Amino acid sequence: CGLFCSQNYPLYIRSVPTENELKFHYTVHTSLDVVDEKISAMGKALVDQRELYLGLLYPTEDYKVYLCYVTNSKVKFVMVVDSSNTALRDNEIRSMFRKLHNSYTDIMCNPFYNPGDRIHSRAFDTMVNSMMMQVC
Amino acid sequence: MEQGSAGGSGPAPAAAAAAAAAGTGGLLLPLSETEQQRYSELFSRCCPPPEAAAGGSSVGELFRASQLPPDTLHQITEVCGAKRVGYFGPAQFYIALKLIAAAQSGFPVRIESIKNELPLPRFMALKNDTEVRYGTPAEFQGAKFQVPHATLEKNSYKRTDEGDKQESKSPPMSPICSPPASPSTYQRIPLSYGYGKTRSGVEQQHGAPYEVRHSTHQQDGPSSGNYGAKSALTCSTPKRSLSVEREQQDSSTQYSDDPWRITEEQRDYYINQFRSLQPDLNAFISGSVAKNFFTKSKLPIPELSHIWELSDVDCDGALTLAEFCAAFHLVVARKNGYQLPETLPETLLPEYLQAACLKPMRDCALFDSYSEPLAGSQQARDLGRTEKSSAEEVPDNSALLQDGKKDDKQALKVSTTLKTIPKEFQHLTVKAAAQEPNAFRARPRSRSYSSTSIEDAMKKGEEPPTPPPRPQKSHSRASSLDLNKIFQQNTQAVKSGWLPPPPPALPPRPSVSQTEQPSEVELHPQRNRPSSQAEENSSAKKEVVLVQPPSKPARRKLRTEAQGLETPELSPTINVTSSLPAVKPHLPVQKQSSKQKRAIQTAIRKNKEANAVLARLNSELQQQLKEVHKERIALETQLEQLRPVTVL
Repeated sequence: CGLFCSQNYPLYIRSVPTENELKFHYTVHTSLDVVDEKISAMGKALVDQRELYLGLLYPTEDYKVYLCYVTNSKVKFVMVVDSSNTALRDNEIRSMFRKLHNSYTDIMCNPFYNPGDRIHSRAFDTMVNSMMMQVC
Repeated sequence: MEQGSAGGSGPAPAAAAAAAAAGTGGLLLPLSETEQQRYSELFSRCCPPPEAAAGGSSVGELFRASQLPPDTLHQITEVCGAKRVGYFGPAQFYIALKLIAAAQSGFPVRIESIKNELPLPRFMALKNDTEVRYGTPAEFQGAKFQVPHATLEKNSYKRTDEGDKQESKSPPMSPICSPPASPSTYQRIPLSYGYGKTRSGVEQQHGAPYEVRHSTHQQDGPSSGNYGAKSALTCSTPKRSLSVEREQQDSSTQYSDDPWRITEEQRDYYINQFRSLQPDLNAFISGSVAKNFFTKSKLPIPELSHIWELSDVDCDGALTLAEFCAAFHLVVARKNGYQLPETLPETLLPEYLQAACLKPMRDCALFDSYSEPLAGSQQARDLGRTEKSSAEEVPDNSALLQDGKKDDKQALKVSTTLKTIPKEFQHLTVKAAAQEPNAFRARPRSRSYSSTSIEDAMKKGEEPPTPPPRPQKSHSRASSLDLNKIFQQNTQAVKSGWLPPPPPALPPRPSVSQTEQPSEVELHPQRNRPSSQAEENSSAKKEVVLVQPPSKPARRKLRTEAQGLETPELSPTINVTSSLPAVKPHLPVQKQSSKQKRAIQTAIRKNKEANAVLARLNSELQQQLKEVHKERIALETQLEQLRPVTVL
């Protein structure tokens, strides 16, 4: 239940319950529009805001969509979780996004990685998987 | 896997062909019987059943043994679909073998080229493999199987030797594997290292066939002749396999970490490469520099990215020496066909590598601390440089220092203190690199020049008395007691001997020193007189001088000069205390003319003391003379008293 988008195309998608993958993808993509709306609504002088956890995007009947917005390079982390997972608290979500963010910066350190490429890092994969296993 | 058996029956090749067809998506691959046999045997070697997929490393090993350039091998891997599928299934393997055969025959690596009749792919790199391969079909055909075992044993023995023939193989391998223009050495070194890998790879493969034989014996039910051969085979295999596997294990325990352990030569090579990218061994290689460098290895970018991830442990975007060694090692391993691990192996961890890489540097550090109290700041700088550099630099540094002897006094100090260091470094392997030592020589030499200039500046402020004490101080700094014992004897000789060297650095000084010389010549004979007592004091002087080392050179020189002159006079003038208190207030004079005065005053003092001694001596002698006179008078009077008696 995670995704990275840069300029609205996905860099990385991983879902734990592998069924309904397409649905997740769709959800995430639609959420991007919501993100853009929010950003435009916030205004310009909010560079700090871009790094923040933007919180719940919109809850639907099945799941909630959260978002974390990364840096000025407009890389968005989107997380979709089941609504049934009420045990997930805000703090946990934040910490998860922070971990994602850290892993993403680690990937960025790799000179062989071009920003905008799909993310193939195995370490990253393992991290994300472990995180998702924790939750789901 | 059954289809891969050496059954040779009709349906089997068709099944294999069908499988191949399925694998390639509709391409019919006719496999002749010999090809079938060969491929199946190779496949079974590469992949001990019951796995359906061949292990990537053994497959890579095999492909490398085909002596095709790595580009071709990559192409083959892609074409045969293994990359797509992610593993070497039977179909992919067979296609790959066909492609290898095609490539070896000179055909381009395409699916079309393998439709033709092709000879069997040749895997020439390792005699062992070919012998084994020819051996095992012989077994299957019921031929003597003792021979292959014997050859295997021989081969294993040969393997456990240094594997000279494999080394001879690696040079033919290296020109074949495309050497690019600039990093040609880069490739050759990994290939020459590859022989070690091939050795271990061969051992792995030989481990596999034993298992294969056991398992094929169990699994397949080929023709009865083969079965009988195999059963007899398996009886003998346990014994032989035990012995060979024991050898394998011995060598494999030796090599168990080998793929991921960096040998000394490799480390030196990596360090050299590091230095070519970044002269300072303690600094980082930035990401872009490393990227360019590793891209030259022609590994695919995702793999390079993975290698970077593994090796850049602190994720800072730059590689330290240890990280660089690990990354380089991973690149080398990958080029030799080893799959990259998911996590960094233990032997490649930066801490481990740093412990190994910096061991020679630690020794340098020890010597640095040892000689620190003896040396001035400049020496510490030189040693700090040796501390940073690897062992390779030490002979260069000692050479540098020997060059520096052409410079003045500091060279003596540096060389004397550091001559012990090369002894200690004998046990480390030393490879002199041609270019770097020049760079290193240039820099410390410039430093020594700069430090001489600093010392010159310091000394120019106190010219006259300094030239003579300086050589004394150099000896004392070297702090070998021998030098200090002969210090006294050598002072005059040293003084005169060392006066000429200083002039090149300090033109005004010699003139002053020359003016000083006559006064010192006067001093010398007077020094000789209290020499007997001065010898007693030379030890005291030594202690004084030794205690002095940490102080600054100029002040030290003054003090050694002053105290050097003082101490021999201390004891003779113990009784004559009058001169000393008068002299002592003169000590804290620090100006140039005052120092001249002080020199003159010390000369005067000496003279006075000598006078006092002589005066004392004179008085004593005169007293004795008076006594003698008295006695004489007494005796004469006695004589006269006695004489008139006889005269009358």
